[in-house]
Amino acid sequence: MRRAGLLWAVVAGLILPLIPLALWSVARGWRFPDVLPPDFSMVPFHYVFGPVSGVLPALWTTVLVAGVTTLLSLLIGVPAGRALGMHQFWGRGVVEAIVLAPIVVPGIAVVLGLHGVFIGLGLTNTIAGVVLVHLIPVLPYVILVMAGVFANFDSGLEDQARSLGATGWQVMWHVTRPGVAGGVIVAGLFAFLVSTGQYILTLVIGGGRVETLPLLLFSFASAGRNDIAGAIGVIYVLPGVLILLWTARRITGRGAAWMVRP
Amino acid sequence: MAGPAVIVIAALFGVGLVAGILRSWGAWGDVLTSARVWAGLAISLWIGLASTVMATVIAVPAALVFRAGFRGRGIALFLFQINLTVPHLVGALGVLYLFAQSGSFARLAYHAHLITGPAEFPALVFDPGAVGIILTYVWKEVPFLGLVTLAALQGLDSDHEGAARTLGATRARAFWHVTLPLIWPALARGMIIVFAFTFGAYEVPALLGQTYPQALPVLAWRSYTDVDLAARPAAMAMALLIAGVSFALIALYMRLGRR
Repeated sequence: MRRAGLLWAVVAGLILPLIPLALWSVARGWRFPDVLPPDFSMVPFHYVFGPVSGVLPALWTTVLVAGVTTLLSLLIGVPAGRALGMHQFWGRGVVEAIVLAPIVVPGIAVVLGLHGVFIGLGLTNTIAGVVLVHLIPVLPYVILVMAGVFANFDSGLEDQARSLGATGWQVMWHVTRPGVAGGVIVAGLFAFLVSTGQYILTLVIGGGRVETLPLLLFSFASAGRNDIAGAIGVIYVLPGVLILLWTARRITGRGAAWMVRP
Repeated sequence: MAGPAVIVIAALFGVGLVAGILRSWGAWGDVLTSARVWAGLAISLWIGLASTVMATVIAVPAALVFRAGFRGRGIALFLFQINLTVPHLVGALGVLYLFAQSGSFARLAYHAHLITGPAEFPALVFDPGAVGIILTYVWKEVPFLGLVTLAALQGLDSDHEGAARTLGATRARAFWHVTLPLIWPALARGMIIVFAFTFGAYEVPALLGQTYPQALPVLAWRSYTDVDLAARPAAMAMALLIAGVSFALIALYMRLGRR
């Protein structure tokens, strides 16, 4: 079938850029015009995991920032997603516009203004400041994903439990939680990925002091260290691919549009 | 219930915007008459437009094939989605290693005797046409728009397209006159998000862009970090220019949602 053939060509094109990156991470002396590396070695990875490169501290910073950002976003984003997914209320249009704004408006447009304010508050160059600014892209994402999850959740089940005498906490724990737990986990995992993908917000507010993996990757890449950049790139990509492997079936079909970001 | 989240977003976002407006005061005259700024705006609009159109043209047919189904659909769909989780920066690096003048394609061209050295390979990164930047975004946004389209296709209630085909419409006509109008609201929303992102994102043009003219986000950040602190208000004004374009897009998005 010709159309399927064309689709496989598209898929191949999408995978293609990842191949030289992976090759560079194990390459040694790979110069023009060699199509493949003449020699393979683990030197790039040894360097990356060694004490000089700064990758391990950056990895830790990335995970810390993304972890805290995700937890905070879930804490306040899940109730907001429920409100948007299940209820009609006055001012809903305004709430939608506010949630949508950070998804459409690029980070650079607001982060330069925030920088001046954060200096005054002592939040620049700190993990706390970076977490706060990461909430801008991550929180709307969690809200929209959870709105989709709650839109598919049958609130009649809660009413039934309540009419049978369950307390508010019992309803939440025994009825709502099992109904949406899968969605919360997926939202959390992808929120984590959205945070780890941030570059300019971290650069501006972290001031280069809070160094995450993308910042380090960028500096090795602009310095022309293709082998080190390749190795960092491989480490950087792996968690996302693993998460996708685990959730692939959940993010297709109806409502999938909100599960992903450009 | 939505209160705390909305307050947090509105506060961070609003403070950033208002502080930007206040601090950009006085720089607007210079910014709006600067050739650098207009050239940067033009290149950013070009990047956004070209990336969005190319990604859509690839993503929509891909989604149609996925909907039709074929052998190996599951694995193809998984591979198709992989880039969703791969950061832009990694994609930009991949494009750099493939398309640079000493990259994989240049090496293949050398072995095919098409070129005799790296300098003869066409400049596809750090180039005036922003080809490398656009390729990176197309690579990243095809899966996004593909899934948006696939979700819209799967959400269609009944088989209007099949009805049109039964009544004698060609496959192309049935798609153009029946299916496309039905999925258009969702697709257009996806395209707006892609345009806004590719127009305003920083790291890809920062890595793959040429020295002049620079894309507007790159220009804004470079001005902000200029040794001359007097350039900061101008940087704020450029950032607000980006925000202005984005707000026009939000208005468009909300209008599409209401129909």
